[in-house]
Amino acid sequence: MTGGVPRQNRGRGMGRGVAVLADRLVLAVLALAALVLGMPVLKPLFAALYPALDRPLYEGDSFLALTAGHLALVGLSGLTAAIVGVAAGIAVTRPAGAEFRGLIEAVVTAGQTFPPVAVLAVAVPVMGFGPEPALIALTLYALLPIVENTIAGLEGVPDAVLESARGLGMRPAEVLVRVELPLAAPVIIAGIRTAVVINVGTAAIASTVGAKTLGLPIIVGLNGANPAYVVQGAVVVAALAVVLDAGFDRLASRLSRWRRA
Amino acid sequence: MIAFERVTKRFGPWTAVNDVSFTVGEGEFCVLIGPSGSGKSTLLKMVNRLVAQDAGAIRVAGEDIAGVAPEELRRRMGYVIQSVGLFPHWTVERNIATVPVLLGWPKGRVRDRVAELMDLLKLDPGRFRDAFPHQLSGGQQQRVGVARALAGDPPILLMDEPFSALDPITRDTLQGELANIHRQTRKTIVFVTHDMDEALRLADRIAVLEHGRLVQCATPRDILTRPARDIVRDLVGREEWGLKRLAVETVGDRARPADGTSAPPPGEPLPSAAPLRRALSEMVARGTDRLPVVDEHGRPAGVLHLADLVRP
Amino acid sequence: MIRNRVLFVLAAAAVAAAAALPFLSFAPNRLLSGRGVPLSAALDLPWGLALLPGGVLLAAPFLRPSRGVLAAGAAAAILFAAGLLWLAGHHAAHLGASASAAARASFGSGFWVMEAAALLAALDGVRRLGLAPAPRVAVGMGAALLMAAPLAAGHLDQLSILKEYASRRDVFADAVVRHGVIVAAALVPTLLVGVPLGVLAQRRRAVGRLVFPVLNVVQTIPSIALFGLLLAPLSALAGALPWLGISGVGLAPAVIALTLYSLLPIVRNTAAGLDGVPEPVRQAAHGMGMTPAQVFLRVDVPLALPVFLSGLRITLVQAVGLAAVAALIGAGGLGAIMFQGLFANALDLVLLGAVPVILLAVAVDASLRLVTAMIGAAVGAFRGRHPA
Repeated sequence: MTGGVPRQNRGRGMGRGVAVLADRLVLAVLALAALVLGMPVLKPLFAALYPALDRPLYEGDSFLALTAGHLALVGLSGLTAAIVGVAAGIAVTRPAGAEFRGLIEAVVTAGQTFPPVAVLAVAVPVMGFGPEPALIALTLYALLPIVENTIAGLEGVPDAVLESARGLGMRPAEVLVRVELPLAAPVIIAGIRTAVVINVGTAAIASTVGAKTLGLPIIVGLNGANPAYVVQGAVVVAALAVVLDAGFDRLASRLSRWRRA
Repeated sequence: MIAFERVTKRFGPWTAVNDVSFTVGEGEFCVLIGPSGSGKSTLLKMVNRLVAQDAGAIRVAGEDIAGVAPEELRRRMGYVIQSVGLFPHWTVERNIATVPVLLGWPKGRVRDRVAELMDLLKLDPGRFRDAFPHQLSGGQQQRVGVARALAGDPPILLMDEPFSALDPITRDTLQGELANIHRQTRKTIVFVTHDMDEALRLADRIAVLEHGRLVQCATPRDILTRPARDIVRDLVGREEWGLKRLAVETVGDRARPADGTSAPPPGEPLPSAAPLRRALSEMVARGTDRLPVVDEHGRPAGVLHLADLVRP
Repeated sequence: MIRNRVLFVLAAAAVAAAAALPFLSFAPNRLLSGRGVPLSAALDLPWGLALLPGGVLLAAPFLRPSRGVLAAGAAAAILFAAGLLWLAGHHAAHLGASASAAARASFGSGFWVMEAAALLAALDGVRRLGLAPAPRVAVGMGAALLMAAPLAAGHLDQLSILKEYASRRDVFADAVVRHGVIVAAALVPTLLVGVPLGVLAQRRRAVGRLVFPVLNVVQTIPSIALFGLLLAPLSALAGALPWLGISGVGLAPAVIALTLYSLLPIVRNTAAGLDGVPEPVRQAAHGMGMTPAQVFLRVDVPLALPVFLSGLRITLVQAVGLAAVAALIGAGGLGAIMFQGLFANALDLVLLGAVPVILLAVAVDASLRLVTAMIGAAVGAFRGRHPA
């Protein structure tokens, strides 16, 4: 699902404006922005839905700050994991690194059976509370699908293409950058997407280990029997997840445009 | 141009290429042929150092290739493989431009060269320039493959069973066009195949390999008249031997010149470059024992008699 | 010189960890942080001999990796891992003997690194040997038993995590059962809804086009958010229909959310499994006079089973993790112990909850892989007797 409007329906002027709005990604971003920035506006709504609560709106931190904290955690762990993970995937698919490949593949596969919440929790006894252990746990967990997908993507490049590239005189680095990575990119992006979407959820739970994310209203709400807080946190973090997922889907689509020509 | 000196390659206990020595002259179309496992592909891949030899030396234009950086060497040689291997994420134009871009040619020159090659390989630029490989048929893809190999104007072209995966009609067409390109550009071509008919049609010289050893290296005529071993005979095929000889010689070789007195025989004339085999086929089809012949400009060039076909 | 680079890296990591990182962490009571106890302190004879197999591991990287060397290396690695565990327990007891009952000894970072290096070395050795599935399972089980032996024999009882366990034995047992109940309870509606939906999706593309986008969106929503979003409607439902016995927190939202998450893998793999059944086989069955129901049961089901089981495995492993998160909405289970530890800053309690969750997920994954492999072999035999 690419989430875009078919090319022939993109008209000019007014029609074009409508087409942009009908785009799934744009709608999701708008919804997220509205929720994050406009949550205080909804206070009367929550007051009406939950008349028994004397605090219908989470005001401990602004939703903007929480979203920023959440994005920082997810973004930093995702970026680090992407750089390290893709590098590792490249390394084990080169002749020099082939010896390590079997073990890395086994570890990566086995690691993905570990529930992310448990990995996050285990980080605490090892590293203490706070956003740093959460960051490390999220980065380590994100590495798994990224390495797995990088290996799969690079493996998927047809042998004939690699043979031609070498035969025409491309150096190994040129083959990697001009041929292998562009062809493997959609699969690698899919791995990064998987990692990021999982991490959005895990980062929410990271509020229990001292990180300041969108999970905080949910946790505070659950502990204090305030369902309004829970709903507010849940709706924003769900919107964030949908935005990131749709964003990566769009990116993967762009990178494989040539397939649909 | 290319000299193989006692070249040997082993893969573990198995010897793929065993002490092979011969030379390919400049501008020559040399076909390497042999059954599966004869080492022909391995030998070809040693020329551009995709495979490293275990013993012996290969010299290109007098220079030992072991002393040249592999990528340098390969940029001076065109390489075409059976499965084509076009870059799926690049347009036809970008594919063809691969080596010129690697060599750093200016954009204008690259564009012109691509246009020139698309013309040479009969690819309509309007239709194909911005197309992607998956939109092309097998034959079209291989045309792009050949164009890509020629783009850097390399003096040597290495081809590893380039037409074997194509349907017979496309294969026939491309063989003819390759022969034309060779005539026009006079490049040194080393061509691997397992199809003796293809070899007989295209080659200036044929190198027959069996179990990694060079069995015979000779012109098509000599292969047919003086086969060195049974394997050579087997590759040609014992039946239809005579017809293959007819495929090797042209109408022009045996036509009697026009003698000005008698009118040429009726019917569509045959080009003098056409193989004798086609002439025989035409005679049978038309029920005649004489055919008119024209040269490449369409001017009358004589008459071909059935009796001349079976002259030794 | 270095013939096995992987083993060299692992051995080097283990040696570095032994020298530089603490083997155990010993604190006089729960409130103070522990001081590191290096491995050297634990190595008095004769107990230090438990680590003798480590010598093989240090030598192996420099030997040619023949089958004998690989097998010896793998065996030595497993013995070393078990020995290290035993030594940790023993030394913890030794330290605890001369301190108060409140003293806490726990695994140090050095222990974890050495243990991980040893187990990875064993994994790599077994992999390089290229064993068939059955011997591989046997080796895995043997290793698991060897590692579990010190635990079962009570040798590790002085380690703080087990002291926590000892003081919470019943709670722990209840939590494990509860965790299983949550997963099992969700499995029923998942299969009842998911399998028919998958069959339908494979037969009619339109169903798939409708169902998969929805399930994909559900999968994207973070679990804690879905739990939270179910709170309101379920509370309302509970208020309106109290005889249902559900509430906005607890088992009901947990099971519903787990079901929703489990639907995608089950529906997708059911459809994919059925999709993979070669049409000629179905046609042949029809031609033999089988009714549609018989074709489904005798052809579709066996041939689609391996892919379906793969989806079931993914579902169950995912469910174990989700059930741990569900503790936040009061569903209980091992997650409750874990979060209790996090909220109370009781780190051993965190481990007491988290480590069993991980082990449970790994065990479920391994068991289902085994079952899938066995059924795959049986299906292969079935295919052999009924060629298309």
